[in-house]
Amino acid sequence: MRPPAGAAKLRLVTDCTATLALATPDETTALGRRLAPQLRPGDTLLLDGPIGAGKSHFARAVIDARLRAMGRREDIPSPTYTLVQTYEAGDVTLIHADLYRLAGPDDAAELGLEDAWDAAICLIEWPDRLGSDAPAGALHLRLSLRPDGGRDAQLTGPADRWRAVLSDLTTAGAVDA
Amino acid sequence: MGDTITVLGLESSCDDTGAAVVACAPGAPPQILSNIVAAQGDLHAAFGGVVPEIAARAHVEALDHCVEAALEAADRGLADLDAVAVTAGPGLIGGVMAGVMCAKGIAAGAGLPLIGVNHLAGHALTPRLTDGLAFPYLMLLVSGGHCQFLAVRGVEDFARLGGTIDDAPGEAFDKTARLLGLAQPGGPAVERAAEGGDAGRFAFPRPLLDRPGCDMSFSGLKTALLRACDAAVDARGGLTEEDRADLCAGFQAAVADVLAEKTRRALAAFAAMTGATGPLAVAGGVAANRTLRAALTAVAETAGARFVAPPAALCTDNAAMIAWAGIERYRLGHRDGMDLTARPRWPLDTAAPAQLGGGKKGAKA
Repeated sequence: MRPPAGAAKLRLVTDCTATLALATPDETTALGRRLAPQLRPGDTLLLDGPIGAGKSHFARAVIDARLRAMGRREDIPSPTYTLVQTYEAGDVTLIHADLYRLAGPDDAAELGLEDAWDAAICLIEWPDRLGSDAPAGALHLRLSLRPDGGRDAQLTGPADRWRAVLSDLTTAGAVDA
Repeated sequence: MGDTITVLGLESSCDDTGAAVVACAPGAPPQILSNIVAAQGDLHAAFGGVVPEIAARAHVEALDHCVEAALEAADRGLADLDAVAVTAGPGLIGGVMAGVMCAKGIAAGAGLPLIGVNHLAGHALTPRLTDGLAFPYLMLLVSGGHCQFLAVRGVEDFARLGGTIDDAPGEAFDKTARLLGLAQPGGPAVERAAEGGDAGRFAFPRPLLDRPGCDMSFSGLKTALLRACDAAVDARGGLTEEDRADLCAGFQAAVADVLAEKTRRALAAFAAMTGATGPLAVAGGVAANRTLRAALTAVAETAGARFVAPPAALCTDNAAMIAWAGIERYRLGHRDGMDLTARPRWPLDTAAPAQLGGGKKGAKA
């Protein structure tokens, strides 16, 4: 995913953003299900938002959709205590991590996530613990709580990978460059 | 010693590393000769962290010390052992691998049989170690991120009757504490804060009570708590002690109601499956919470089932339960080879359908 060394300084990182209103937990599930088939090994989703915003709920929807696509159903337990849960969906490894209990990037490195960035689909909760170690090509999903009980979802990622994906997620095609 | 079986158990599947020696003589209750737990949290406290030890090498170092300490405290040498038992999963892979490697080393070096143990089986068989329960019994197993009802019918025969489809109760307590600015672990902190609180002031949901079966959901309580908390803050410009006590009491009452009703159903399902009325064994932090314990005790009493809750030290992660599960498997003739592998995922009941939030409509492999 990284540009060649010589091109690094010249690369202009253009992000694209999509914003969605999620009125109910079911709409969060639906977003996860629509995004799931578009993900491929090497993709990382950074799931940001306060406790109770629906990060795990969203991750479960993505994992469940990928497992279902392989005709499988499995428990998708919370990774809060185990830190990392892995799933095999066909040839693809899914990694669901909750970094809340980590102190910082050094701890995250011990989890072996660096090896996973390129090989697996990674869903990372509390990604701020990664510091600058978060993969540059990641899609950043920020969930925030609205006063009416719904959630706002803001998705941001490098346009070269995510523009088409985000366009697909927003039926109106409201993706800003 | 005659036919006494003495087993060294190793546990390193989560935050804590432990080693223990348990002995069992025919016709006598099993004896925990030593049970050493090196909490990684303590190790880290010195550095100001609250972090679990995730580095496999730290588990390896801690394991060596724990094994030495466990053998010394038990006054046994490797030559006195009949086998080495080790948690082979489920759990954080680095820790589990460290334990399995250490056990293999000891087994190979001392010429002892090696026995791999499922961490959850260790919890599920603990009532036989502490209270001599005979099969079958109903287990409400609550450990870290796990929460499930198991019909325990044999050393390797577990039927899952239901479980949480999202967060475990312990996690719900921890996160409630986080949301309300209380200390971790959340269980005792929320229980303390709930004292004197009005459990009826806030209307918290009782998730999945309207659905049949023994499945539970606690994740939605977080959202309900957040909203109630925000409303209270808006009303008074801040969260008062009274608000917090009422929120904690209401939350705790909701968890108690759900656990009690689901336990009642699980006892009925267990009776239909085995023809037995209990006993009900409860392991984990829920048994340490007075409100939850009272609710569960009442359910068991109403059903006419015996209520068993092993002591707290044997409900949290420990190696004595692994040594004991090792003895149980050893007696059945089970031995593992040097090809024993660490398994990050290892459901106890592979026949039960998965617990999922989205219903059970999908195809199952």
